[in-house]
This record gives sequence, structure tokens and C-alpha cells, in this order.
Amino acid sequence: MVTNLPAIGTQFVIDLPALDGVFASLRRRGYEVIGPTVRGPAIVYDAIEGVKDLPQGYTEEQEAGVYRLQKGEGAALFGFVLSPHSWKQFLHPSEVRLFAAERDGQTFRILNSPPPPPPRAFIGVRACELAAIAVQDRVLLGETYSDSVYQARRRGLFLVAVNCTRSAPTCFCTSTRTAPPAEAGFDLVLTELAGPDRHIFIVEAGSRQGAEVLAEVEHHEATPSEILDAEAAVKAAKDSISRKLNTAGLRELLYEKFDDPRWEQVAQRCLTCGNCTMVCPTCFCTTVDESSDVANQHAERWRRWDSCFSQNFSYIHGGSVRMSAKSRYRQWLTHKLATWVDQFGSLGCVGCGRCITWCPVGIDITQEAAALRADEEIAIAKGDAL
Amino acid sequence: MSTENLVDMLRTHPFVEGCRPEHIEKLASMAARVQFEKNAIIFREGDESSFFYLLFSGSVVLEITGAGRAHRIQTLGKGEELGWSSMTPSMAKKFQARVLEPVTALAFDGARLRRACDEDCAFGYAITQRLLQTISSRLQATRMQLLDLYAPAKMGAPGKPGA
Amino acid sequence: MPAIEIDQEQSRLDNMHPLAARVAQVRKDTPDTFTLTLEPEGEEPLPSFLPGQFSMLYVFGVGELPISISGDPQEQGTLVYTVRSVGKTTHALVSLKVGDTVGVRGPFGKPWPLKAARGKDVVVVAGGIGLAPLRPVIYYILRHKADYGRLVLLYGARSPRDLLYQKQLESWARQADVQVLTTVDYGGLSWHGHVGVVTTLFRYIRLQPLHSVAMVCGPEIMMRYVAWEFEARGLPPGDLYVSMERNMKCGIGFCGHCQFGPRFICKDGPIFTYREIGSWLGKYEL
Repeated sequence: MVTNLPAIGTQFVIDLPALDGVFASLRRRGYEVIGPTVRGPAIVYDAIEGVKDLPQGYTEEQEAGVYRLQKGEGAALFGFVLSPHSWKQFLHPSEVRLFAAERDGQTFRILNSPPPPPPRAFIGVRACELAAIAVQDRVLLGETYSDSVYQARRRGLFLVAVNCTRSAPTCFCTSTRTAPPAEAGFDLVLTELAGPDRHIFIVEAGSRQGAEVLAEVEHHEATPSEILDAEAAVKAAKDSISRKLNTAGLRELLYEKFDDPRWEQVAQRCLTCGNCTMVCPTCFCTTVDESSDVANQHAERWRRWDSCFSQNFSYIHGGSVRMSAKSRYRQWLTHKLATWVDQFGSLGCVGCGRCITWCPVGIDITQEAAALRADEEIAIAKGDAL
Repeated sequence: MSTENLVDMLRTHPFVEGCRPEHIEKLASMAARVQFEKNAIIFREGDESSFFYLLFSGSVVLEITGAGRAHRIQTLGKGEELGWSSMTPSMAKKFQARVLEPVTALAFDGARLRRACDEDCAFGYAITQRLLQTISSRLQATRMQLLDLYAPAKMGAPGKPGA
Repeated sequence: MPAIEIDQEQSRLDNMHPLAARVAQVRKDTPDTFTLTLEPEGEEPLPSFLPGQFSMLYVFGVGELPISISGDPQEQGTLVYTVRSVGKTTHALVSLKVGDTVGVRGPFGKPWPLKAARGKDVVVVAGGIGLAPLRPVIYYILRHKADYGRLVLLYGARSPRDLLYQKQLESWARQADVQVLTTVDYGGLSWHGHVGVVTTLFRYIRLQPLHSVAMVCGPEIMMRYVAWEFEARGLPPGDLYVSMERNMKCGIGFCGHCQFGPRFICKDGPIFTYREIGSWLGKYEL
């Protein structure tokens, strides 16, 4: 007789030991389990063993150019919001060797590449992060060409999503329509209810693999009141979001504002450090470097993250196309919010706000977009705009 | 060459496109058909000569000489104009015009042409408009030449990554 | 000790792994430009290509970069590239010797519109090394003369010694229905041809604007000036094609370097109609 799997889409309840059971089940299935954990002054995503490694009681203070981890008395495991890490580093690694080759007389031979990493399970994927993974899927898994590095790591990924019950001042997922609750793209999704008299998770399977894992741990159907509590917690998080990005006509606006003086203004603040591109969960630009040994017998081609903020990013013989900081900031913002739409059918931005937090001078993407829109409105009022 | 033949010849030159028939005739009445053989110098640097030419065949190269070298700036051929500066009072030629391939042209005495423009403003305007066009496209082409677009890249170009 | 070879099948599937090709010939065209002919090194034949496409060429221990294919598309079995030495990797490419190995990925990119141009006059305008990606077009049209109207080539280079493919220029000019006009920015005493930028050659051609397709390649500024000449003569912008160039690290749309506004030069181009990109061309630091 076949044991019935928990139905996909039905809400169940699990407790902390059961959550540890989920970890164990994933390990048994051969997944390397990656999740949030505290390391020094920040929360990072790294290999973890169980609930004990999760950042229990941690929240953070986040604002433009500010990130301070705070440990409180609370019991919540997922009370923090977003860390400088995103899941991008595992799917689209910052450094990967494309191949090694060895000289053989006048020719060369490509050597075996190391095998791809084992299948991974991500614990604690926020709705905006699920959206970011979906955005990168559209970029790197194309029709004609697929990025084999991304493909190898994306295939067989097990995603345990978490619906946020707190927001940070830097969040604006409600504007980019990437806000919780997560609707799809996960194997399991959790909403934490941590209070003085209970610490449970409302859990839902989003796939067959998710249902199979859930089947292996103690679970029971959630009561209507528990479901309502979870919905209320998520709603409270969304309602507390203060930053807004007006996306109406944003693409056209940015195309029109190519020569707007605002770009000069932000250029005076922007250090072109590229932090934003590193923490952004959707930025995908890379470069390829060749390195060889002194005798030039052994060479390796390494792919590394690159940033459109670097001066030689757009270099062609004779010079770089985008020399000024202004043109490089404009390139980044316009790509994220406008040309990305033409290229991949959606915004490149998922409203996670990391670029705002991690900009050393606190440049705010929502503020820049609003300023450009304000300039457009002034122009319309003066009859200058077409 | 008879005047009718000159008018017919003139009509085939792009310079007079869109000109009123009476203006073409007026211009033809001042024209002299000339020919230059290969390597002839049509005018030299410093010449106060004031002929304006409409070229019908062959080619001419504009040269500036100095330090034992002749710098060739531009070639002109069929359908083009040479010596527009003849239309400006007392402007000595700044370079020389040498024939590369035998040239047939209609020559106009600059002073005489200027007088005709002074006397007949409509005619003067029509000629000046066309000369403006000539100068404009000459200037544009010269500017593009200045850009030296095909030059090899310089070492240490901005934004160049380290070796 | 022999090197361990990667599973060929797996390598072939990885679009960032180059195919090994052998240098069959290196010919010096001008003081800084060389034409390389590559032939297959192993069992696997070299891929065929469409005029306008490019390969990513890899020099062991040095690097990889995009180079347009400049050979005859009908010649199966070899791939020809005309390379100008302007930096570290191009210098390494032109310094290769016969028998050396080069890695080849591709061909990539959207080609010149040879189908759309059928039955029409084709006006090819090339500046400097820009003639290299256009030469395959000329080869093709000369082989299929009956499918096209007149072929006009306007070609500008810096000086007489920078003119590419000089013997071929002469032989093309001798063919019926083919008009070849060359010009240089700086002439010398022994040069009896045109002196002046390539736009000055427009005076000497008869253009049927509604019956022609133009294909232009050269420095971006030159292409803009040439486009204005065609516009002034009534050529519809949808019939004017240009070949763009940007920094490339992958050639397949993932590294992000070759973006030109919303377009990836590697996969949406490098060939575009002026109607598509005309308004983007003049944008400073785009």
C-alpha cells in the first residue's frame, strides 16, 4: 500500500525538531545543505548542519549604507531579513575554472575539469530571492545557449523558502511584485510563528520532492487559526515596507532620461566601487581571465564576477566606451530597471534593497528613479518633454 | 565652343542642379572650356589667381608642400568644384592643385562672377547657396579626416586594463 | 606523461570550450594587419559560417577575443581571419607560426542580410579593417551574380599601404556589374587615386535608393557619417545594415560586456539595421 504524500499546496505544521528532521532528510538524500548562519558581524549563507546553526534571535538594522547585526532575546530563527550574501554565489559562483589546458608541442589539450558540486539544498530562501533565481534562470538558461556552470548547479536544487515576517527599511519588494508569500518555485515554504507559547512553522510543499521530504518528518495539518496567524504575520511584514519604487512606465522614462542632469549628480557621490553589483542577486556580468605558469606549459581560464562599474568593463581598442562614473552608474541603473525588460521580459530588480544597504555612500536606487521621474514631471509641466 | 554647347555642358554638372534656366545661361556666358594635362598645376600656393572651376572629367589633387614633401589632402573629380575661394575677394590660394588624370573643366573668372552676383542678387544668391553647400561638405569631410579614425590605438589608452 | 584529455563529447557540449585549430598560413597584409588561415587539427572539421559572423579566438596562455571571419563562406574546411594588432591578444595572434594551435569558439552572431538583398543592388562601404567582415559578402555575391543587381564597394583606409586585399580589389573591379572605389585619408606621391574620407566617394556612384541594400562596417564615427550620406540619398533605414563592435568575454550573451543599450552585440548583432539602432548610435558613452 502506498503511503499518501502530503498534498502539494496544503498547509501543515512542523516544530523545531521536525525542522531538524528536514535537514537530516536532505542530507540522507545527498544534498549539501546551505543556509543562513552568523559569521562575525554579518549573517552569511554557508553549509550548515541543523537548526542550531541558524541565526536564532538575530535581527538587523539596515538602512542606506548601514548594516548592524543585532542579537535579541527572541526565539525566531528567521527574524532577520537579508544578509550581504545572496544565493547567486552558489548558482553563479564568483570564481569558477572554465578549463585547464596543457601545451603539447605546438598544440594544447584541454584537461578534465573538476566535477560540479553535489546537489544543494538552500534553506531560508525569501520570496524576493526566489524571484531573483527566476530572473537569473531567464538570463543564463537561454534558448540557444545555456550557461553550463549555472545549469549544473541549478539542476537538482532543493529550495526551502521562508516567508518574511519582518521587513527592513531597505526592502521594496512590494513595488517589484516579488513580495511574500512565495507562490511557486520552491520545494517547501515555511512561515515561522515564534511566540512565548509556541514555536512552529506553517509548511507547504511546492513539489513532489518537497512532499517526499515533508513526509519523512512529524507533521499535521494546520488549523485555520494557525493559517490566519501566518498570513497576518506576512501581511504585517509587507505593510511595514516604507520604500517604494514606482515602476509605471519606468522603462520608457529611463530611455528618455539618458541625458538628464541627475546622472551627473549621482556620479558625484558614486565611488564606482561595484558593491551593489556584488550583493545584487541578479547581476550576472562576468569576465574571463587567462593565467598560465611561468613556463607557459599549463594555462587555465577562469571566469570571475565582473562589474559594469569597472573602468575597463567596456574597453575596446582605443579606450573604454564608458569612461565617466556617470555613464557607468547610468548603465547599471538603466540595465536593472529598463533594458533588462527588453532583454529578458521582466525587471532585473527584485526589490531586495541590498544595493541600498551596501552602498558605502548610501545611494538609493528608489530615490534615483524617483528623482528622474520628478525631472520628467517638471519637464512635462514646463512643456519641454515630448 | 558655342554658347549653346556650353549651356548644354553646364547643365550636366551637379553644381547647377535646381538652378533657374536664366541663371544657367548667365553662368554659361562667363564660362570657358579648359583642359589640363596630367601633372599640370592648375594653381599654386600663393596664387592670387581667381578662377573657379567646375570639373567634368579627370581628377585633381590638393597638395600642400613643405620640407621636401607634398601632403595630399583631397582629390576632386567629375561633378565637383575647384577653387571656390575665387568667389571671395583677394584670397590667395593656400595650397596647390595638381592634375592626376587629364581634366576637362569649365573655368569662370572669379572677379567677373562676383560682379555678376553683385549686379543680379537672385543670381548671386543662387551661386552663393551652392558654394555654401560645397564648403559645408568639404569642411565635414575634412573634419572627419582629422579624426584619423583608422589610426592604430595608442599605448596606455584610457581604461586599458593592465597587461 | 600524456595529459588527460577531457571527454570530447562533454567538451563539445560546453560552449566555453574551444575547438583546436591549426594555423595553416599567416600572411602580412599591412604593417599591422595579418590574415590567418586555420585548418582542422583533429578529426573534427571546422564549422561553416555565414558572412558577418565572428569567432572567439583563443591563444594559449594569453587570452581570447572576438574576430570576424573574413574568408570565403563556400570554402569548407578552413576559416580565415584578418587581424589587426592593437593589443596583447591580437599581437599574440598575428605572431603565431604555421603549425601553431588556436582555440576557436563559434561562429556567433547574426549575419549580413544576403537573403534580404536578393534582386537588389548591394552597396558595401568599408573603413579600415572593416573590409574584413565584409569580404565574405563580396565572395558570396560574386559567386551568385544572377541573384543580385550591381555590386558597389566603397573602401577607405588611412593610407595606401593600409589598404587590404589590394590584388583582390583590382580583380573585383574588373568584373562586370561591379564598381570598386577606394580612397585614403593620407595619400602619397605615388598614390593617384582618391584622397579624402570614404563619404567623398558617394559622389561617384549612382544609387537607386529603393532598390538597394547597404552594408557598412568601420569605426563607429565613420558608420554614422556614412549612414547620413545614405539617408540624404533616400535609402530607407531598414535597408542599411551596420556591424557593431563591443568588448566581449563570452560571445554567447552571458558575460554582459557587449551590451549596447538593450542589445547584446554578440547575439542580437553584430549586424543591425540602421532603423533599429540609428537613434542609439550617437548616444555618448552608451
